[in-house]
Amino acid sequence: MLNLLWLVPFLPLTGFLVLVATEGKLPKAYVPWVGAGSVGLSALLAAGVGVNFLGQTGSPMEFRQVLWQWMAAGDLTADFALFLDTLSLNMMFVVTGVGFLIHVYSAGYMAEDPGYARFFAYMNLFVFAMLVLVLADNLPLLYLGWEGVGLCSYLLIGFWYEKPENGYAARKAFLVTRVGDTAMALGLFLLFAQLGTLDIQETLAKARAEWPVGSELAVITALLLLGGAVGKSAQLPLQVWLPDAMAGPTPISALIHAATMVTAGVYLIARTHALFLLAPPVQILVAILGAVTLLMSGCTALTQTDIKRVLAYSTISQIGYMFLALGSGAWAAAIFHLTTHAFFKALLFLAAGAVILSLHHEQDIFKMGGLWRSLPVSFWTFLIGAAALVALPFTSGAASKHDILSAAYTADPWLWAAGTLGALLTGLYTSRLLLIAFFGPKRTPAHEHLGWNMILPLLILAALSLFGGHLEMSHDEVLPRAEVPALDSFTSAITAAAPFAGVLLGYFFYGTEHRYVEALVRHPLGASLYRFWFSGWGMDWLYNRLFVRPFVFLAALNRGDVVDRIYQTVIVLARHGHALLVPTQSGQLRRYAAGMLFGAALIIAAGVWA
Amino acid sequence: MTLFWLLLITLVGGICAALTGLWRAEAPRIAALITLGLDLLLVLPLFAGMDSMTNQIWLLQLDWAWIPRFGIRFHLALDGLSLLLVALTLFLGLLAVGCSWTEIRERPGLFHFNLLWTLAGVLGVFLALDLFLFFFFWEVMLVPMYFLISLWGHENRAYAAMKFFLFTQISGLFMLFAILALVFLHYQSSRSLTFDYSQLLHADLDPGAARWLLLGFFLAFAVKLPAVPFHTWLPDAHTQAPTGGSVLLAGILLKTGAYGLLRFVLPLFPGAALDFAPIGLGLGGLSILYGAKLAFAQSDFKRLIAYTSVSHMGFVLVGAFAGNREALQGAVMTMLAHGVSAAALFMIAGALQERLHTREMGNMGGFWTLAPRLGAITLFFAVASLGMPGLGNFVGEFLVLLGGFRVHPGWTTVATLGLIVAPVYALVVIQKVFHGPPRLASLSDFGMRETGLMLALIAASVWMGLYPRSMLAVSEATVSALARLPAQRGT
Repeated sequence: MLNLLWLVPFLPLTGFLVLVATEGKLPKAYVPWVGAGSVGLSALLAAGVGVNFLGQTGSPMEFRQVLWQWMAAGDLTADFALFLDTLSLNMMFVVTGVGFLIHVYSAGYMAEDPGYARFFAYMNLFVFAMLVLVLADNLPLLYLGWEGVGLCSYLLIGFWYEKPENGYAARKAFLVTRVGDTAMALGLFLLFAQLGTLDIQETLAKARAEWPVGSELAVITALLLLGGAVGKSAQLPLQVWLPDAMAGPTPISALIHAATMVTAGVYLIARTHALFLLAPPVQILVAILGAVTLLMSGCTALTQTDIKRVLAYSTISQIGYMFLALGSGAWAAAIFHLTTHAFFKALLFLAAGAVILSLHHEQDIFKMGGLWRSLPVSFWTFLIGAAALVALPFTSGAASKHDILSAAYTADPWLWAAGTLGALLTGLYTSRLLLIAFFGPKRTPAHEHLGWNMILPLLILAALSLFGGHLEMSHDEVLPRAEVPALDSFTSAITAAAPFAGVLLGYFFYGTEHRYVEALVRHPLGASLYRFWFSGWGMDWLYNRLFVRPFVFLAALNRGDVVDRIYQTVIVLARHGHALLVPTQSGQLRRYAAGMLFGAALIIAAGVWA
Repeated sequence: MTLFWLLLITLVGGICAALTGLWRAEAPRIAALITLGLDLLLVLPLFAGMDSMTNQIWLLQLDWAWIPRFGIRFHLALDGLSLLLVALTLFLGLLAVGCSWTEIRERPGLFHFNLLWTLAGVLGVFLALDLFLFFFFWEVMLVPMYFLISLWGHENRAYAAMKFFLFTQISGLFMLFAILALVFLHYQSSRSLTFDYSQLLHADLDPGAARWLLLGFFLAFAVKLPAVPFHTWLPDAHTQAPTGGSVLLAGILLKTGAYGLLRFVLPLFPGAALDFAPIGLGLGGLSILYGAKLAFAQSDFKRLIAYTSVSHMGFVLVGAFAGNREALQGAVMTMLAHGVSAAALFMIAGALQERLHTREMGNMGGFWTLAPRLGAITLFFAVASLGMPGLGNFVGEFLVLLGGFRVHPGWTTVATLGLIVAPVYALVVIQKVFHGPPRLASLSDFGMRETGLMLALIAASVWMGLYPRSMLAVSEATVSALARLPAQRGT
C-alpha cells in the first residue's frame, strides 16, 4: 500500500490532464467525476497509505519513494522523490481530505459557470502541486510544488478573467508571493553553497552538525526561508495579496486561501525547524511577526464590509497564531492549529459561498441581514465554523488555540498577551459578522437552493470543526516536543475568557440597539482610524508608492531603450561626416590637385618633424 | 563522415528548395522538411552513442586538410554540447518551416534556400573545430539571415536587417583579429602555424595578451548573445523578421554566441576568463534585469518577447562565467529551454499577426473567450518563460543561480532578482492579450498544423523540465572538462 504513495499526487494530475486534453468538450455531467473523482480517489488512497504508515512499527517512522532522477548536475542531485513522515502525512490528509470536500462542493457551486472544466482542471493541478509541496523529499522539489501552487492560485484568482480587476488581483498575488519565493530560492542557494546538498533530511542533519547555534549562516538562511514563508502565508510584511485574492471563486478561497496553500509557510518552517532552532533570533522574529500580524489583521477584519474580506483577514490573523506557535517552539501546536483551521475556515468560506450564491453574488454584509431564518443550512454551519474560529470551548479551534497561547506564555508573556488580545478581537469581529449578516432586519431577499453536493461537504466540515480537536496527530518523531508547563489559574482564566469577552463586546456593539459603533466612527479620530484599518494599515498605499509606481515610471521612461541612443549617435555622426565630406567631391581638378599637394606637404612635414 | 553529410545535405537541400520553388509553391517546403528530416535521422542515433562514452569528450571527428599552407583544416567534431545544440537546431528548423507554411507566400523557394543555408551555417558553427572554419561558418549564417529579414520582414525590415548585419559583422571583425593574433602568438612560441582548436588550446599566452584576445572573442559572442549593452540590434531584428526568421534568431542564432563562450572563450583563455568573471556575471545580471524591465515596457508583442530573450540569455552569461559544473549545466539547459520557449512565443506572436495584421497589444484583449486553445498554449509558454519549475527554463535558471551563488554570491543575488521581474512581463502579456473583455467579434483558434507544432514544443519543454537528467547526461563530459580548466592551467 505504501508503494502507492506516488498515486496520491498523480491522480489529481491525471484529472488535470484529462480535463485539459478534452478542452472543455467533455460533457458537463462528467466533469466533476473527473475533477472531484480524481481527488476523492487520491483522498481514499491517502487514507489507506496513512493507516499503513501509522501501523508500521520501528523507528524512525519514515518512508521514501524515488520516482525518477530529476536534476543532476555537479554536486546537486535532486530526484523526483516523495518523503512521508507524520508531518507530511498530516498535511497530505488535510490537502486530500479538505480538498476533496471542496471539490465536491464546487461541483454544485460552479455548476452554472461556462468555465466549469477549466475550473476543475486548475483545482486538480493545484492539489497535485500542493501534494508535491508537502511530500517533497528535497528542497528543489518542494520549490516545484511551492511555485506550482502559486501558479494555480494566480490562475484561480483570475478565473473570471473578463474583469480586469480580477487579473490585477491575480498578478498581485503571484508577484508578492514571488518576492518571498525569491528570498527562499536564495536560501536554497546558500544552503547548497554551504552544505553541498538540498535533500531536506540531509541538509538539516548537516546543518545541525556543522553550524553552531546562533551562527551567522544559520541566521541568514533561516531569514531567507522565512521570507518565503511570510510571502506564501500572507504574514507581515507580505500579507497584502491575500485580501485581494478573494476575487477568485469562493471554493478557491476555501481551498487555496484558507485551508491549504496559505499554510504552506507554516509547513515550511516546521519542516526546516532545525534551521530555525539554530537561529534563535529568527525564531523570535517568527513569533513577533505572527503576533503583530494577528493583531493588525484582527483590527482590519473589524472594519471590512465584504464577507469574504472579513474571512480573509481572519485567515491572516489565524496564520499569525500559527507563526506565533512556531516562534514559541510549539511546533506541533502550529501544525494542529493548521489542521483545525483548515476545517473551520474552509467551512466558513463554503458557508459564506452558500450565502453569496443564495443572494446572487452579493458579498456586502450590510446588504444581508436576517439570513438565519431564510438560509438555515448556511447559517448553522457558519455558526459552527464561527464558534471554532472564536475558539469557544469544546470546538476544535479551542483545543489548538489553547496549546498555542500556553506555549506563547512560556516563551514570553508579551506574546501571550498579544495572542489573547487577538482572541478577543477574533470574538469581536466574528460576532460582528454574524450579527450583521445573519441577524437584524432582512435587507435582501434570499432563498436557499443547495444541492446535496454542497450540503454534504458543509455538514462534514461542520462535524470536523466541532470534533476535529480529537484528531490531533502526534509529531514527536519529527518535531521537538514543547515542554509547556500548565498556566497558572489567573492567566488560564484570562485566556479562556478572552473569546467570550470578544463575543460579548460584539453583542454589545452590534447586537443591541445602542449605536456605539456609529458614534465611534463619526468621531474624526475614529473615522481616520477606521479608514486606516479598512485599507489594511495603508500597506497597499505604501507599496504602490515604493515599488510599483517607480518601476512603471522607469519602464515607461526608458521604453525606447537609452542604450540604443548611443548607437543612433553613431549613425548620426556617420551621416554628418558624410554630409561634411560630400562637397569635397566637386569635380574640379584644381581642387583635387590642391588637396593632393596640401596632403603631400603635410605628410612630408610630419616625416621631417618626427 | 556523418558530420560532413549533415552539412552537405543541408546545403544541397537549400539549393533543391530554391530550384523546386520555381516549379511549385509547396515544393520547397517539402524539400526543406525532407532535408531536415534526413539530418535528424543522421543525428538521433548519435544520442545512443553518448551512453557508451566513457572518458573521451568527442563523439565524432572529421579532420581534412583544407588550406595546408596556413595550417587551416576542415576540422569538424561533435561532443555532447554540440550534439544537443545540433538537435535543437534541426528541431527548431523543422518548426520554422512549419510555421512559415501559410505566412510566406512570396518566393518560397528562395525563402527556404535562405532558411536552410542559415541552418547549415549554424550547424557548421556548432561543429567547427578549426578557428578559421568556425569564422567561415559564423559569416555563412549571417548572410542568408540578413536576406530572411530584409526580403520577408515587416514594415521596417531594411533598417532592422542592416542593423543586425552591421552589429554582427563589426563584432565578428574583432573576433577575426583575435583569432589571427592568437594564431600568430601561438606561431611565435611554437613555430607551427595552425588554426586548429586542439593545438591552440595549448598556446602559451602571457596573461596580458590573453586578456585582450578574450575581449575580442567575447565581444563577438556578447553581441550575438546578446548581452547589455550590445543588445539593441535584437529587438529590431526579431520584431521585423518573419516568424520563421524570428524562430531561428531567438531559438538558434543567439545560442551560437553562448556556444562560443563555452567552446572558445573559457577553454582558450581559462585564466583570463577567471579574471573576467565578475564583469561577465555583472553584465549577465544587468542583462537579466534590464531586459526584463524593457520587456515590461513594450506594447509590441514581438518586441516584448525579443527583450525577454535578452533577459534569459543573461542567465547563460552568468552560468558561463560562474564556471562550475552546476552553473555550466544550467547555461546549457537555459540555451535549450530558451530556444524552445522563445521559438514558441514568437510563433504565437506570428500567428496573431497573421490573423490580426498587428502586433500592438493595445489592440488585443479578451482573446481567451475567442480562441481558448491559443490562450492556453500562450499561457503555458508565458509560464515556462517566467521560470516555473517543472518546465525547461526553470531547470536552467535554477542551476545557473545555484552554481553561481557558490562562486559569486553578490552578482548571483542580483541575477536572482530577475525571478521577481520575469512574472511582471510574462503575466502582463496574458492580461493584455487574453484576459479582459473580448475586443473582437471573432478570432480563429489554432488549427491542426499550428496545434501540432505547439504540442511538439510543449512536449519538449515538459520533458526538459521533468527529466532534464537525460540532457544533462549528454553534456556532462564536456561541462566537467570545462569546469576543471581553471584549476589545470594558469592562464
